[in-house]
Parts: sequence; structure tokens; C-alpha cells
Amino acid sequence: MAAILIAGVGATEFGDHTGRTGRELFAEARSSALEQSAVPRSDVDALYYGNYMGETAERQSHQAPLMAAGIGETAGLEATRVENACASGGYAVADGVRAIESGAADVVLVGGLERMTNLETAATTAALARTADELYEGRPGLTFPGAYALLADAYMERFGGTHEDLAHVAVKNHENAATNPKAQFHDEIDVADVLEAPAVADPLGLLDACPISDGAAAAVLVSGEYAAEHDLEPAVAITGSGRGTDSLSLQDREDLTRTKAAESASQAAYGQADVTADDVDVAEVHDCVTIAEVLALEALGFYEPSDAITAARDGETAHDGQLPVNLSGGLKATGHPVGATGVGQLVELTKLLAGTHPNADAVPDAEVGVTHNAGGTVATAAVHVLEVAR
Amino acid sequence: MSVEIARETGYDAWLDALEAGEGYYLRCDGRTLVPPAMTGAATALEREPLPETGTVESKTIIRVPHPDFGADTPDAIAIAEFGPVTLTGQITGIDPDAVETGLEVAVTALETETSGKRFVAFRPAGEVSDR
Repeated sequence: MAAILIAGVGATEFGDHTGRTGRELFAEARSSALEQSAVPRSDVDALYYGNYMGETAERQSHQAPLMAAGIGETAGLEATRVENACASGGYAVADGVRAIESGAADVVLVGGLERMTNLETAATTAALARTADELYEGRPGLTFPGAYALLADAYMERFGGTHEDLAHVAVKNHENAATNPKAQFHDEIDVADVLEAPAVADPLGLLDACPISDGAAAAVLVSGEYAAEHDLEPAVAITGSGRGTDSLSLQDREDLTRTKAAESASQAAYGQADVTADDVDVAEVHDCVTIAEVLALEALGFYEPSDAITAARDGETAHDGQLPVNLSGGLKATGHPVGATGVGQLVELTKLLAGTHPNADAVPDAEVGVTHNAGGTVATAAVHVLEVAR
Repeated sequence: MSVEIARETGYDAWLDALEAGEGYYLRCDGRTLVPPAMTGAATALEREPLPETGTVESKTIIRVPHPDFGADTPDAIAIAEFGPVTLTGQITGIDPDAVETGLEVAVTALETETSGKRFVAFRPAGEVSDR
């Protein structure tokens, strides 16, 4: 795949934005990305915009034209909302990549937004439960963390591992978020905090799960030709983009210990980028709950199935480990504004590779990074390979 | 019966069958399916009787409830294999903490007190139904 350059990135802080509307938040992220890119707004050909629950949170569907207003020549701009649950943002990125790769666009704005904290917990729980199969899983009362708890239980029954192993994932990601001003949490936690937190869905507790977050993220993607013509020299490029699909319901999967959608997506992305898992220096993965990071590391090929459960405990994925994972703080501590998350990962990884992230000192020589964004219990997955371009 | 449930007649008919102890699954070109099956109209679907008991493959205890279940927590939820098909259900008739992988369960359909929605429920095999 010809490299697609990341000309600018921007994001709001993730967290509680009570009193602000979704459109205000997206405008902040969008303006930041466009200003950094130095691309004239009138050159933007398309907007791909991730949003999961706007109908519930702000009584607003059809948000793409809303978020496109003011970008440039709105009448000629192609604006599309992308919804694939928690992977909506990653799929917005993938759609933007495909639009440029196909020649249909030279400049694309990809972005995402979610407003969540304005809902009561029960309403948020109900909204997130809709990412699962309503008949097979919602009806018996399976919640979103409950579905991941079933995956954790299956994994630990088959391969071993403990809640304490999982707790180290949360501890690591909080430690990384402590120095990231965009993150929702800046407090460090320890293993005992995680193990003693209120239970949510056994074996997972409150501190195994990411928080409820508001936030927006955006990035300006340009073709190599456009960059050359306009003397742009972005530091980072997208060199691989992959997507994968699995059954929506867990009961229809052959193996509850693997996430086949992410395996397929990563193989496709690695193939396009002509890299292997061994080439990856840093990764931002979808750790909506602690077990999800374990499953991601195995799906991305960094570990064999059954081996990633101890990665955080052994320090291998820490900021000074052999493969730093979620240096941003991950969803766990940076926050998870659902529709924005996949783009937020792109924003964070771009800054890490460009050396402009507050935690970039952990990976001064990194050349290749990966983002992994999952929808629901990884029924959809979008994986992107990013590489230093100059 | 709400309008929402009435729309899902294929699923409701299957829940009726589970409740009557006449559970079934569907076979289509060698594949096995759980209703409501998404197949072409011309596809021939054969009904096969659901095995009387299934085996718990994975389980959790929901401590923060799904809104349809209000205060009915903690609930044990499990994925259980019934021969060639796998079902997800809430386990009743047993202390949630006592549910283990490998537990043999029977299946029926129950209704939530909070929302009135019907759902797949398991109970330990050999136990008398709690309905």
C-alpha cells in the first residue's frame, strides 16, 4: 500500500465534559488537527466520523453533516458517519485510508466523538449492552463487561492465569496515563486496589474496566502526491490498514480464547505494510477491560495464544519493557469515548512515533507502531500499522 | 406481549418450544443454527431436537445488572454447549457462586420481572423446574 500521511492530529482531553455539547468537542479536535496539518479546509474531500450512541446521549442521529459544517465546501464534501460500536473510530480511519488509496480523495478528515457522562449509569449500561447480540445475549441479561468476563473465564479455565495477572494490565496503564495530560485518570493504582475494587462481572471488577468518558479525536490524512505538491512533510504515515469480522454473539464462536476478527485485521494490515509482528516497536491496543489487552496482544501476534496473560506482570509491556503497550494509558486510564477511541489511538501513536508525546521518551527509536481497535467483544476489529515517514 | 417482542416471532416461537420442553435447533446444508436463523427464504431448514442437557463452557456472575433485570442480581450467566449448538442463558436454581465449568444444565425460557422480556434460562440438570 502506498503510504498515507498523517498531516495533523488533534483531540480533546478525555473525561467528563459536563456542560459541553458533542459538536463543541468535535470542533475542538477537528480544529486542532486541521491547524496542525496546515491543509486548507477547502481541500478536505471527505469526512469519516465515528459515533456510537449519539441517539441515546444527545438525541442526535445523522451527525456526519453536523460535524462537517464549517470544514470547507460543505456541498461537495463527502460526509459519512461510521458505526461499529467501540471500533467506530478505527473503521472511520480505515474508510479514510481506503478513500485515499482508491484515488477518490486526496485529503480526508477522520474523526470520532462520544458524549457519555451525561447519561445515568443504567442508561449507559443499556447502551453499551446493545453492542452485543440483543436476542442471544442481551435477553438473558449479559452486560458489556459480563461478555468480556465470559472470555476471561474461558481463557483462565483453559490456559490458567489469575485476576492478579489481569490487575497488572490496569496498574501499568494507569502508570502510563499519569504523565499524559489528555488522559482521564492521572492517579496511579496498585494491584491490591484492582483486586479489592467492587466486582462488576466475575472475575472482573470496577478497576479492570475503562471509565465512562466524553471526548473527541480527529486526524487529517493526505496522499503522498498531495503532500509532495504542497510541501508537507508529515512525520508519520499509515502503511497498513486491516479489518476483520467475527460472529456478534460469543455462542457462535468456535474458540472463546481467541479474537479471530483482530487476527484477520492484523494479518491484513501487516501484509499491506510488509511488516511482521516482530517489527512492531510500540502498540496502542483496545483494553476496554484488562482481559481485552491480553487477547489483543495474542491476536496481533506479539504472543502465542496463552502467553500474554503474564506480559504486564512481567514488565514486558511496560514503558521500559521489550514492547511498550498503551503508553498513552490505553482505554483503561486515558478513557473510552466510544466513537472517538479508534481515532484517539491514532492520535496518540502518531505523537509517540513523531516524538511529540509526553511519553515518547520510552520509545525514542521506534519506527513501527500498531493500533488495535475492537467493536463489542471483538466482533469487529480495525488494525493500523503506522511508520515513521521521515 | 409488547410490539417489540411480537416482531421477533421466530425467536418467541423457539422460546415457547424451550418452555414446553420441546427445544430444537436448525440444520441447514450441514450447518447448525439457533433460531431466529438468518437464511434465504428458499433454504430448507430441518428441525432437530435439542439435547436435553448441555455443559457449561464459560460463566460469570453479573454484579452490576443489565437494566432489564433491575434488582435481580447477582445473576450467573453461562455459555453452554448442547451437542452441536451453543446457547447463552441465565442460570437459575443454584447459588451463582456454585456454578462451575462442566456443570450439566437443562434449558427453558423465563420472563424478567423488570421488563417482561423472555429469555433463555438454564437450571442444573436433574433439578425440578422453579416455575
